[in-house]
Amino acid sequence: MEHVALWVAAFLTLGIISFLYKDNPWYKLCEAIFVGISAGYWFIVLFWDNIVGKFWVGVFPPKELNDVGELVNSVEPDYWLIVGAVLGVLMLMRLIPNIGWISRWPLAFIIGCTSGLYLINYFSSNMMRQVQGTIMPLLGMNYELSTYDIIGNIIIVIGTFTGLIYFYFSKEHKGWFGRAAKVGIWTIMITFGASFGYTVMSRMSLLIGRVDFLFGDWLGLIN
Amino acid sequence: MRREVPLLITGIVGVVFVLQYFIPHWPFSQVNTWFSDWFSIVGAFAIWLGALNLLKISALKVIGKKSDWGYAIVIIISFIIMVAIGFAEGKEFREQGTMFSWLYEYVYSPLSATMFALLAFFVASASYRAFRARNLDATLLLMAGFLIMLGRVPVGDSISFFLPENYQFSQVASWIMTWPQTAGQRAIMIGIALGLVSTSLRIILGIERAHLGGGD
Amino acid sequence: MSTRAKELLVVGIVLLFCIIAYLGKVYGWVDTVVFSPMVSMIVVGIIILGLVFVLIRTLQGRLINRQVVFLFVGIAVIMPFFMSITQKIRTSPEVQQLYDAVAELPKGSKVLVSFDYDPPSAPELQPMAEAFLYYCLSNDLKVIIMGLWPQGAQQANLALEAIMKNEKLAAKGLEYGKDYVNLGYQAGNEFVIQRMGADFSSMFRTDYSGRHYEELELVKNVKNFSNIDYSFNLSAGYPGTQEWVQVAVDRYGLKMGCGNTAVQAPMMYTYLNAGQLVGLLGGMNGAAEFEQLVKYPGKGTKFMLSQSFAHMIVIAFIIIGNVAFFRSGRGKKL
Repeated sequence: MEHVALWVAAFLTLGIISFLYKDNPWYKLCEAIFVGISAGYWFIVLFWDNIVGKFWVGVFPPKELNDVGELVNSVEPDYWLIVGAVLGVLMLMRLIPNIGWISRWPLAFIIGCTSGLYLINYFSSNMMRQVQGTIMPLLGMNYELSTYDIIGNIIIVIGTFTGLIYFYFSKEHKGWFGRAAKVGIWTIMITFGASFGYTVMSRMSLLIGRVDFLFGDWLGLIN
Repeated sequence: MRREVPLLITGIVGVVFVLQYFIPHWPFSQVNTWFSDWFSIVGAFAIWLGALNLLKISALKVIGKKSDWGYAIVIIISFIIMVAIGFAEGKEFREQGTMFSWLYEYVYSPLSATMFALLAFFVASASYRAFRARNLDATLLLMAGFLIMLGRVPVGDSISFFLPENYQFSQVASWIMTWPQTAGQRAIMIGIALGLVSTSLRIILGIERAHLGGGD
Repeated sequence: MSTRAKELLVVGIVLLFCIIAYLGKVYGWVDTVVFSPMVSMIVVGIIILGLVFVLIRTLQGRLINRQVVFLFVGIAVIMPFFMSITQKIRTSPEVQQLYDAVAELPKGSKVLVSFDYDPPSAPELQPMAEAFLYYCLSNDLKVIIMGLWPQGAQQANLALEAIMKNEKLAAKGLEYGKDYVNLGYQAGNEFVIQRMGADFSSMFRTDYSGRHYEELELVKNVKNFSNIDYSFNLSAGYPGTQEWVQVAVDRYGLKMGCGNTAVQAPMMYTYLNAGQLVGLLGGMNGAAEFEQLVKYPGKGTKFMLSQSFAHMIVIAFIIIGNVAFFRSGRGKKL
């Protein structure tokens, strides 16, 4: 079975790589398998983990023997979970045109959860904490910082502030405001450059992983 | 019913999540627990909806004998095989040695990893054909990318061996990442957070209704 | 010969080579291939000559086909696997910070490790996972493993399996449930983190193998994040480090470091600078640096030569493209 597994994985890996030459039936076959398999994968994972694992097991908990040998629920059933399942079924109503509008209810619930959660999390961690992290004593609490760190702190303050100015489009980017926005875009360009470098690193790492599989696990030519 | 109820649901759920942050005790902690469980369950049904839609589109392609309809059959068969095996193997489907984990390890994983790995080739090609220092902005972007790529691998320091240790490429890359990169990243992060917070607030207050679609 | 015939011929030759190599591996005819330093230098020389040729062609105004660029990338990534060149890996401040944070934990401290990735991201994150677990377990830290991604807990088991082959760890006679525990995967993304803030056992009633939470000696007294001394998050996307920072760090005051794929690592520097994270391993480079620090050379270190070559190729193509751009006059389309 291991031989089959390795050859299947190698066949599929090379099939995707064959796209580099040109679009071809081998690639298209692998692509179609990928689409079908990944949809099936998530279908099953969410069925067992969320629908069975959370809903079914929550409402009908597994039985276990207690101290006197009676079969009892391992935990108290949580019937409130039925509301979640009802909302889920309402979501599927979208497939029926006449009553498709009812799927807006579970959708509204999802949107409400996400909005409430993001409102707090992003406001606190990605906004206030970042503002707090920017407005710091440039020289350190006790003037203990080195020149290297002081210069760094100044760059952080100026870069963040001017970067935000660049994103402010309600005022025309002219005069001092325009010059500040210009500094902002320079900072953001450096950020994009760094992200580009890291993206190259990441994609190359994945490629290296595949090469390691092909020449190592499959063909056994490398250690 | 069609607009008012969803607006009410969104508002109440959103407000509960906000209140729970400030009052993490009963009853908000309890309601938050229910909501988070319901969220997971509804999310699973939403993915089902997506998968069923994929099947519908593929089936229509096959029935209509549209171009590449043969591959639509492959999609349907792959999906059915994965789902049938997943159901048949029960909730231990993920355990080592099951057919489902075999398909995951030797079919899904190689395909997924190689798909992303392909980008490595296209990044290199784009770097050759399009990555030009046309103006100051582009030059800054290019130089930052250039220095990070050099500084984040050991060969960077080997090339700059003649420079003082603190000025070798790995140190330059660290400096860029720690200061100017962080400043730009933070401006973007705060910008995104501002956008998300204001949009969330509009949704919760019922000002933003685009997600409910048209009609009554 | 028609194009189709040529294509089939190439596929046939490649297939034949693969079958021979595979049979060689199975029956032991072929050993692993390692180039001598001389051959390695010759290969590097050929790559450089190839790049010079590309430069000349580009300067003449003739852009090479993208397939040729792909070929260079392929060669640059594949060839280093056969070379025996050693490189000096220098430690970045953020990697050192993570190492220091773990090193200063007293023996017996509880470390929570969340595996939030799947096999496709393993080339970058698995080496980090192995090195981190190795360091914790070899220094008598107690490790509690969990996952917010369905395959995370399995990746953890693979990492544990790999490090347990190490003689130093094997000699320690580590015990499951006492020295380390795998609580498995829990669905619910950031909601899981949020509820762990109140009670771990409400989210993990059993461990990966089905043993009750209360029966596991290591965790039976762990109520919530206040009982965790340090946390390490291995993340490849959503849910991942951002959600951990937003909920566990900022709401519950958890001390946390992270290992990220290189794509999302740049964003984490803002959290690092604001003190929300204590230490960061970014991409394969971060993994290699940490492996050096904890003296556990694994795949991160092994892959760094290929990574170096790959980066050099991309840089070379950027330089070639720009040299030609400037030679042909700024703004003039090549």
